[in-house]
Amino acid sequence: MTELLIGIFNGVSIGSVLLLSALGLAIVFGLMGVINLAHGELMMLGAYTTFVVQNVFRSFGEPWFNLYILFAIPIAFLVTAAVGFGLERGVIRFLYGRPLETLLATWGVSLILQQFVRSVNWAIIFGVILFLFKDVLRWVFLKLLAIASLDKPSVRNWGQKLTIPVATVLSLGLIFAVNATKNEFLTKAWFSARNVDVTAPGWLQGGVSFGTVQLPYSRIFIIVLTLICLAGMYWFINKSNWGLRIRSVTQNREMSSCLGIPTAKVDALTFALGSGLAGIAGVAITLLGSVGPNTGQNYIVDAFMVVVVGGVGNLLGTILAALGIGVVNYLVGSGTFVTLFTSMQVPQFLLDIATFFATTSMAKVMSFAIIIAFLQFRPAGLFPPKGRTAEL
Amino acid sequence: MSNLGRRKFILYSSAALGSSILLKACGTPPETTEETTTEEGSTPAAEGGDTIKVGILHSLSGTMAISETTVVEAEKLAIKEINAMGGVNGKQIEAIVEDGASDWDVFKEKAEKLIDQDGVAVVFGCWTSASRKAVKDVFESKDHILFYPLQYEGQECSKNIFYTGAAPNQQIEPAVDWLLENKGTDFFLVGSDYVFPRTANTIIKAQLDAKGGTTVGEDYLPLGNTEVTPIIAKIQAALPDGGVIFNSLNGDSNVAFFKQIADAGLTPDKYPVMSVSIAEEEVRQIGPEYLKGHYASWNYFQTVETPENEKWVADFKAEYGEDRVTNDPMEAAYMMVYLWKQAVEQAGDAYDLEGVRNAAIGQEFAAPEGLVTMNANHHLSKTVRIGEVREDGLFDIVWSTDGPIAPQAWNQYVEATKGYACDWSDPAKGEKYEI
Repeated sequence: MTELLIGIFNGVSIGSVLLLSALGLAIVFGLMGVINLAHGELMMLGAYTTFVVQNVFRSFGEPWFNLYILFAIPIAFLVTAAVGFGLERGVIRFLYGRPLETLLATWGVSLILQQFVRSVNWAIIFGVILFLFKDVLRWVFLKLLAIASLDKPSVRNWGQKLTIPVATVLSLGLIFAVNATKNEFLTKAWFSARNVDVTAPGWLQGGVSFGTVQLPYSRIFIIVLTLICLAGMYWFINKSNWGLRIRSVTQNREMSSCLGIPTAKVDALTFALGSGLAGIAGVAITLLGSVGPNTGQNYIVDAFMVVVVGGVGNLLGTILAALGIGVVNYLVGSGTFVTLFTSMQVPQFLLDIATFFATTSMAKVMSFAIIIAFLQFRPAGLFPPKGRTAEL
Repeated sequence: MSNLGRRKFILYSSAALGSSILLKACGTPPETTEETTTEEGSTPAAEGGDTIKVGILHSLSGTMAISETTVVEAEKLAIKEINAMGGVNGKQIEAIVEDGASDWDVFKEKAEKLIDQDGVAVVFGCWTSASRKAVKDVFESKDHILFYPLQYEGQECSKNIFYTGAAPNQQIEPAVDWLLENKGTDFFLVGSDYVFPRTANTIIKAQLDAKGGTTVGEDYLPLGNTEVTPIIAKIQAALPDGGVIFNSLNGDSNVAFFKQIADAGLTPDKYPVMSVSIAEEEVRQIGPEYLKGHYASWNYFQTVETPENEKWVADFKAEYGEDRVTNDPMEAAYMMVYLWKQAVEQAGDAYDLEGVRNAAIGQEFAAPEGLVTMNANHHLSKTVRIGEVREDGLFDIVWSTDGPIAPQAWNQYVEATKGYACDWSDPAKGEKYEI
């Protein structure tokens, strides 16, 4: 009995990591239809945010340091939501309804984000800030022209057109100029290409003893965090005004627009929300694995797998898919079937098959095989969208 | 949006052109420090000139770059030191650095380029076994020289490659012996799912069978996988009262593995983990607090107490920064440049490849790890050490061999290679002969 309970706990804890990383994607991919290959990198940004918050709190001393992870969660949410918002406004909104281009563009973004954390230093930050404040630059420039009484409509027109190229050149120039100063402080990469070390706070290390095994606190924490995120999302999508708008835009964009719903704002908000959830997932994975520029790559495939199996646009499907995949992965990979079959005295060939698949690598093969077979029967996932769902 | 007018086009394209010119003007010059003086058609062996060209071939980009750039730094430091001391036979060494880009085909291509176009006298390079296997044919068909600095799975002995890292009998086998003697006889083997861990575990299983140990289980994680729960469950089922875990995981999975076994209550006093891919640099990235009390087996640790090591660590920090650490692959990479230098000085001419290869056998060098000797099988005699991770991320050396151990290229526990050896000093014996 205890064995069964522990098995369920382990399966659920694998599933909860899958679910948490897939939640944001379920919104972005499920509700908006955007194939966001940069989702993993948004998780990675969340993990790096945790690293920064950890270091800041370490300098505050002991009672604070233990609580850093609770502060990291909202901060990571805000940071990645802001990045997601910028991503939607800057790239994705031009590509709605063009899945292939979205796929390529977001993949490019994921590479940019990976390289960004590898090489980010003050010089690059200055450059980015300069670029973001390009409108201020233009305003100052035009004011100066006005003072010199050169302010003609044609000049104004050129000023508009030239803003982005000039700001790009200026920003790049600033980055190179600052880098050329060889100032140790300004040009040292913050994180470098190496993995960084995030240490779980003391109260999350160790676990509750349960017979011979120990249920890790970190896993329990992740399960609880997943539940909170699920509840929060359920409330937001189903009970809040903005949630209502998101659902109506998902169902019929034109009609919603006619009725006065600001669809562009809704898109940006939805994407930011999905990205923010990726950030929270990023905090959670620092408890389990490595934090480095490539971290996101380890989770993105599993996240898509969960959303596809769950059925696009359905929260319940996502939950069931994540738990199902987690439990199957655990039961096959840990060799539970082997023990079970040995005690049940099943035919030898069944036992051989179970033994063959009882390694972590082969368990992955097995679960993918099951998923492929499953999608043959239910191509649209566990809960396919019904009725007149709008095209996006 | 798609309506890109002529004016706009001119605008954007001129902006793009402008910024690209700016980029070129401000960009740092490429790493390659060569000035090609090679004349068309001249053979490498016929070259004179004031410098000796050597090739450095590691991944400077891609997934292996993190590790391999540290090795490049160690090689460059050695070259700088040798040049400062007056070079080799009075000639300065000129390093040509190529990027293998973590892509085995690129390694092969760049190796050909270094030999054919640049006319280098030797190549220092590679990290993964996959990249070494990719360039092995190139060096053999062109009858050239490669120095390879990593511990590896053995079962190879090329006439054209000198292996300055540990063979399995200089790292894995002593570690297993030590564990059997001090930590218990029940072993669980964990590794990444590719050639090195699988070969290493084959050797370990054969050795445990021969010495009375038991392999209670083995499992492999796909590279990059971070979910360790099923493996932990297996370990707990197979070793309920504790036992030895032998870990040949590589890369990110190590972080996940150590974080999760710590949380699951597998502590080093009951479940000591012996790792063969975790050195000082990796400890820093995983976090010493998760690794404290676990073990690693290497030939070199930063904490080795030799005068040569003290000097080297100080020199390395002075060159690359006070917060840097040194480790086994870096040390092997550093000293192999000196071994090559000594061989060239004995042979007289760096481009007399046959002569350099023959002269290399028998070279001794007081390396940071202690005295090393190049054997006839192109591997080094090395001291073996076992270290325990301390709080500061360095290792306490808990055990070491009395002196250098002779290398075995062909493993003596594996049935297929039992009773074979390699000897390049005797043309009749060569790559593989029966003892």
